[in-house]
Amino acid sequence: MGKSDDTEKKKKIKDVEISVPVVYGNAAFWLGKKASEYQSHKWTVYVRGATNEDLSVVVKRVVFQLHSSFNNPTRVVESAPFELSESGWGEFEIAITLFFHNDVCEKPLNLYHHLKLYPEDESGPMSTKKPVVVESYDEVVFTEPSESFLARVQNHPAVTFPRLPAGFTLPPPAPVEDENKRKRGDTKDHPLNQWFLNFSEADELLQLAAARQQVQAHIAKLRRQICLTDGQNQQFKPI
Amino acid sequence: MDAKDILGLPKTPLPIAQEKKSRPHKDSQRKPDGISREVYALTGGVAPLMPSIDVSQLKRRPPSDEKITWQWLPFTSSARKDNLQLYHWVRVVNGVPPTGDYSFAKYNKSVDVIRYTDEEYAKYLTDPKWTKEETDQLFDLCERFDLRFIIIADRFPTPRTVEELKDRYYSASRAILVARAPSPGEVAGHPLVKEPYNVTHEIERKRALSMVLSQTKHQERKDAEVLAEAKRIAESRMAARAAEEPDLPVPSDIGPESAERAVGPGDTISPSNVQVHAAAAAPSTSVIADNSSTLASLRMLKVYLRTYALEQMVQAASSSAGLRTIKRVEQTLQDLGINLKPKVPTKAVCAEHLELRKEILTLLNLQKQLQYKEAEGSSFRDGSYGDMPGTAKRSQRAVDQDRTFVPDTISFGVIPGDRGVKREQKRKGPGRASETPSSPAGAHKRPRKMKASDL
Repeated sequence: MGKSDDTEKKKKIKDVEISVPVVYGNAAFWLGKKASEYQSHKWTVYVRGATNEDLSVVVKRVVFQLHSSFNNPTRVVESAPFELSESGWGEFEIAITLFFHNDVCEKPLNLYHHLKLYPEDESGPMSTKKPVVVESYDEVVFTEPSESFLARVQNHPAVTFPRLPAGFTLPPPAPVEDENKRKRGDTKDHPLNQWFLNFSEADELLQLAAARQQVQAHIAKLRRQICLTDGQNQQFKPI
Repeated sequence: MDAKDILGLPKTPLPIAQEKKSRPHKDSQRKPDGISREVYALTGGVAPLMPSIDVSQLKRRPPSDEKITWQWLPFTSSARKDNLQLYHWVRVVNGVPPTGDYSFAKYNKSVDVIRYTDEEYAKYLTDPKWTKEETDQLFDLCERFDLRFIIIADRFPTPRTVEELKDRYYSASRAILVARAPSPGEVAGHPLVKEPYNVTHEIERKRALSMVLSQTKHQERKDAEVLAEAKRIAESRMAARAAEEPDLPVPSDIGPESAERAVGPGDTISPSNVQVHAAAAAPSTSVIADNSSTLASLRMLKVYLRTYALEQMVQAASSSAGLRTIKRVEQTLQDLGINLKPKVPTKAVCAEHLELRKEILTLLNLQKQLQYKEAEGSSFRDGSYGDMPGTAKRSQRAVDQDRTFVPDTISFGVIPGDRGVKREQKRKGPGRASETPSSPAGAHKRPRKMKASDL
């Protein structure tokens, strides 16, 4: 790799942002009969692609920082699927740090997730079959993606690719690695897959659009009323 | 106690009591003899760190081998020009009186006032505003009074201001200096030549000083406020300019209120839009500055979470709103069935959410506006401009109505399309005059022929 190659790869493109939708959270199973005082639940905290695609195209490794009462509370996960399983009894905040590949971003990004073991409905029976699942959706936005990054993830399903400036062409992507190797990183066949939540932006967009309509109509009405009142006041204004 | 014994610590109760007893005793003892207590207190009640008087010198010295007498002798001073004979006590050592000039003669300094000849006057110093006689008098007085212009102005025969006198003196002296100098370079260093007297500047300066001196406290406070305000505006303008400088790469749907929805290279339009906005009045400048500085700071981040970006944008948009307003926005969102933080924060969703919040802010502002106008209106309608005691109460009540009027009178049905002109029981004050069938309590208590309900 010659020097000119490096600078080529590092070339950043302005006015373009690339985003990766992720979902992070936990699934916790009550251990039922096997539960002890200090190990009442078995839980897994994870970060996955929002559509269950493999995040390792972007993420190099993930560090989960657990409660200090755990042995080695700093857990590093070097490959997808980025998850960590443990057993315990307590709920606490887990700091999840995402480290990206060098051509993606040098700075890590922090997410915070509150581990949930007990169901919302406290009165309901706890089941060993159905886990308590709490997930959050978010999007990781990269502001000045390098050309090499863009080239590499061109057609990858985990990434929301931006519309490039007109006339802009990317070099063809590097040859894709072993398909099998790649496949394993995604969570489509993950054992917890059936419990994963669905995040549909369509519903939310609809809600927001409806709300905006209401507000806009109300605004128009108020404007009319203000005009009217102004007119009325004009008549009675003291000289 | 035993432990303290072992450690060797003093048994505390007794020593403390002893200390206490000894200290007041010491305090009164500390007052030094020789000066009164009050005077001693002036120095801070503590002895000076360094003795001002060298104690060793205070001792009586044994008489030296010289014979000292004191004699009443005449003396002259070189400072005097009139040969006046004066007498004073002189310390004579071994019969030899001291020699030399009067010891204070060296302090007799005077100013070197340049005197011009008549020819020089005719050549360089003629001035329409000054006669030769006046100028001569001026120079005489300057010499006599060592350039004390206040006194000179006082003594001057014709009425002249201090600045005029100064101006004439300095410009005349300067002209003579320059004229007499063999070459301009030699005189260039002379203070009179280097820094000429500037009459207009001086007059202005003194006027300004006297204005500042005569300012009342009230005036001072107002000035300070205005300066602080100006500083704030200048700073926000700087921020706006700094934020506009870098290219704004964010596609316009999260951008400031630009109508353009083009993505990509069309973003050259949005910076110019921002600039146009920034050219507008200061309040909108600050809002746009907030927006564009938020965008700039997000861009600096290289990587960030969409939810974080939304938070920042929301904060920027509500920066001008108080806490109560923000709570009302959130209440309205809840009434509309919208999550305060979107469940699926994609780019589009975040943009819509932000726009919705801004629209709600507008809505609340309009509601408030309408309230004020209606309050105005009802006070006008009652003819309350002035003299009746009852009127004061009424307009007061109208104002009270404003305050207790909880603006969530319009409920948002979760079912879209239900534009809720329902009157919720939340409000404490009566509803709007135009819509309520019953007249607002109190405002129309006075018997009137026409009631609002009759309209």
